[in-house]
Amino acid sequence: MNLAAHLPALQVVLPLAAAPLAVLLRGRGAAFMLVTLAAWAAFAVSILLWLQVNASGPISYAIGSWAPPWGIEYRVDSLSALLLMLVCGIAAVVLPYARASIERELRQDVHYLFYAMFALCLAGLAGIAITGDAFNLFVFLEISSLSSYVLIALGRDRRALVAAYQYLIMGTIGATFIVVGVGLLYLKTGTLNLADMGVRLQEMTSHRPVLAALAFLTVGISLKLALFPLHQWLPNAYAYAPSAVSAFLAATATKVSVYALLRFYFSVFGETAVFKRLPMEDLMLILALAGMFVASAVAIFQHDLKRLFAYSSVAQIGYIVLGISFDSVTGLTATIAHLVNHAVTKGGLFLLLGAVMAGMGGVTLARVHGIGRVMPLTAFGIVLCGLGLIGVPGTAGFVSKWYLILAALEKGQWWLVFLIVASSLLAVAYVWRFVEAAYFHAPRADLATVREAPAGLAIPAWTLVGATIWFGLDTSVTVGSAARAAAMLLGGAP
Amino acid sequence: MAAEHLILAALGTPLVGAVGIALSHRTPNWRETVTLTTAAALLLCVAALLPGVLAGARPALRLMEVLPGLDLAFAVEPLGMLFALVASGLWIVNSLYSIGYMRGNDEANQTRFYICFALAIAAALGIAFSANVFTLFVFYELLTLITYPLVTHHGSDKARNGGRTYLGLLVGTSVLFLLPALVFTWHVAGTTDFAPGGILGGRLDGLALAGLLALYMFGLGKAALMPFHRWLPAAMVAPTPVSALLHAVAVVKAGVFSVVKVVVYVFGLDGLAGSADWLVAVAGFTILAASVVALNADNLKRRLAYSTVSQLSYVVLAAALLAPLSVVGAALHIAAHALGKITLFFAAGAIYTAAHKTEVSQLDGIGRRMPWTMGAFAVGALSMIGLPPAAGFVSKWYMLSGAMAASHWLAVAVIVVSTLLNAGYFLPIVWRAFFRPVSAEDERHPHGEAPLPMVFALSLTAAGTLALFFSPDVPLALAQQMLRGLP
Repeated sequence: MNLAAHLPALQVVLPLAAAPLAVLLRGRGAAFMLVTLAAWAAFAVSILLWLQVNASGPISYAIGSWAPPWGIEYRVDSLSALLLMLVCGIAAVVLPYARASIERELRQDVHYLFYAMFALCLAGLAGIAITGDAFNLFVFLEISSLSSYVLIALGRDRRALVAAYQYLIMGTIGATFIVVGVGLLYLKTGTLNLADMGVRLQEMTSHRPVLAALAFLTVGISLKLALFPLHQWLPNAYAYAPSAVSAFLAATATKVSVYALLRFYFSVFGETAVFKRLPMEDLMLILALAGMFVASAVAIFQHDLKRLFAYSSVAQIGYIVLGISFDSVTGLTATIAHLVNHAVTKGGLFLLLGAVMAGMGGVTLARVHGIGRVMPLTAFGIVLCGLGLIGVPGTAGFVSKWYLILAALEKGQWWLVFLIVASSLLAVAYVWRFVEAAYFHAPRADLATVREAPAGLAIPAWTLVGATIWFGLDTSVTVGSAARAAAMLLGGAP
Repeated sequence: MAAEHLILAALGTPLVGAVGIALSHRTPNWRETVTLTTAAALLLCVAALLPGVLAGARPALRLMEVLPGLDLAFAVEPLGMLFALVASGLWIVNSLYSIGYMRGNDEANQTRFYICFALAIAAALGIAFSANVFTLFVFYELLTLITYPLVTHHGSDKARNGGRTYLGLLVGTSVLFLLPALVFTWHVAGTTDFAPGGILGGRLDGLALAGLLALYMFGLGKAALMPFHRWLPAAMVAPTPVSALLHAVAVVKAGVFSVVKVVVYVFGLDGLAGSADWLVAVAGFTILAASVVALNADNLKRRLAYSTVSQLSYVVLAAALLAPLSVVGAALHIAAHALGKITLFFAAGAIYTAAHKTEVSQLDGIGRRMPWTMGAFAVGALSMIGLPPAAGFVSKWYMLSGAMAASHWLAVAVIVVSTLLNAGYFLPIVWRAFFRPVSAEDERHPHGEAPLPMVFALSLTAAGTLALFFSPDVPLALAQQMLRGLP
């Protein structure tokens, strides 16, 4: 048996199998080792898949050797390969951090359950990115969602329960919409294979049920990706979840949902159906812009840093969706590049906030006064990530902004160019609230002796901070993959 | 050493120096030695590039490809050479001065101060040597961010508010205008590499061309064109050495340097014909309006700040005239104003350190107590007004000749009127210092000159201001080469 041929299956099976094993092992050390090894192995698999896709094009893998479109197909193309690498890479960085972090935040007797849920969530997210089957996609979406409800509810703050419940309600509504959409498509096409669906939909003449399916899927997925104004669940979920969970979900969950949206729009319905026959461009443009401005403005007035950066996420999702609304190779390149760039930046940011939580005992602006003096490295890392959010050249955020502006210019829409740059000025405003709190105030008397974050928290966090800078200077992986994926989605080369 | 390595060495030296400064933070004497050694090494690197550039070499260095076709790259051309010489040469003098000032005033966080200073110089050199607009933009933004801790050095509420204005205006203009200008240039020309004669190649005209020019000119907020000049007086909350080197030399000169560079190497003098008249008017207005504000300012640093705003617009005006002579004047003025204005700021800081005075009205008779300082101040003032035997005369001469050659009488009138205004707000200070009697109150607080390193530094720059009048050969040669492409 050739192992290399089964890499796509391993991608999901590794974390999926690790979850129940972690529960059986029960010991928190053993569970940690097992899940971390599984995540690292999954990361290695995703890199191998990415290399393989780059070298020889998309990979199709029939689960249980049942040939598609009857069996479930796993399909890795340039877009899914990038997403897999992102999800597994973030998990591989966050897990070592989680060990040091949940030590302070969770009761010891639930640690093994935390690792099990984390593994499940990873399996679900990776599954969404790899599967070529619409119903299978829904199943993985539910796996990742259910596990993330649990992960959020584990938060130390009692408000975490309410946040998880809120997310559960909204997430379930979203999932229902998605399953209705998938059902309608199945009804019309008689297939669940995404590629096959795409082919059959091109031959359709009657549109009404297909349009309904499009509407259901758009609303359902938009809920999951927290597109403004369907973002209500996100700030609380990010704010009250355990630090490691905030970081992992902020970096991956919404990104994978964007992937699902791209997949349905461009691989199933087709660009023509979504953007040429319907005013989806305008709709997405307006919602994206509203998200960019409203959420940024709300972020400026937050007192809790986790909430502040959660609202910033909603705004950044606006950028991502804005790229889709351009319906051009450059626009999609911006979207896909920003998926990755924002994931590493925001992941790093939430990891650093976890370190702040550990040191200062909270992340409100009043509490982090003078953190530049007591935790200089952590504070500086947050500033660097903040610059990434603003899109300062030399950080990953700049690269995404470049392509967004270029896409707007290609369409000759100067007013959009100015809106894009203006919204990044709002980011300056909210990032600078932290800067002024950190460097222009003396630390609170009882916090003046706080020490710098321990290595177990600092090293993973700085790995992502480093990636934020790295992807701002060397864009061959991010933009290279994004450009290939964008060309593929719009029907160019794979 | 090959010229390419010299570029890398010039950019890397301040970075290595910054690490050295950080490592020696426990022993201030060592730390200052590191700063001075680094500054000297940097000047050597930059000076070693000069003969080659004068002989027509254009050493280039490609660091990395950030986006497809868009490199972080460096190339040394005459104008950048001039700016780099000015910035690195004055860094040494300024370091000497800083040591006297920071110790004399018992400033806190001195290590951070010296580190940020070294990094700011590195960013300024990155701007000077940038081979394309993209690289220029990267270092331009870095310079803003690195100088922010310097501006807000005191950490007080006043410093924080000054910092807000500083950062808000500089980042605001660069993000709102410069970034779209950069992407638009890339979109239109397919490149952002600076090239003699411009890179737009006639692909834009009329409104689009004037619009792009406006985006660049207002986007380069460091050039302090009105109405985006407020950051400069706001930045005066910084310790005086910061005002001196950064807000008289490195930062503001990075602004006007970029203006000249963009006009010459992106648009090309011929390519802009007819599209830059509005800029002459805006720059002219800025020159006069800022001079009027300076005339009414009693705070010495504020007066100097508005004088800087006005002098910067000379460069913009000269570039906007598009006449070869005036553009040479613009390049010369970068060097001339740097030397003169740093002298003036040094003197202001020396007065503050020795006498704790900040207002012009307090300076009666101070020239007799601080003859070296006020003598240097007088030289700097002459240079600002544009009188011989100071460097400002040479650059103003070229600008005026250019304006006349272009028959641009509005520009001629602006230059003449502003010369009178300059005299109106500088000469009274000199007169007051030397010819008014010391007030009764001051008689009871005797003081002499500021610490020796400071006096030495400001005498040196004053001497430089005079020297540049008598032998402006090197800057002149560089400025002329910029227009001819090759010698």
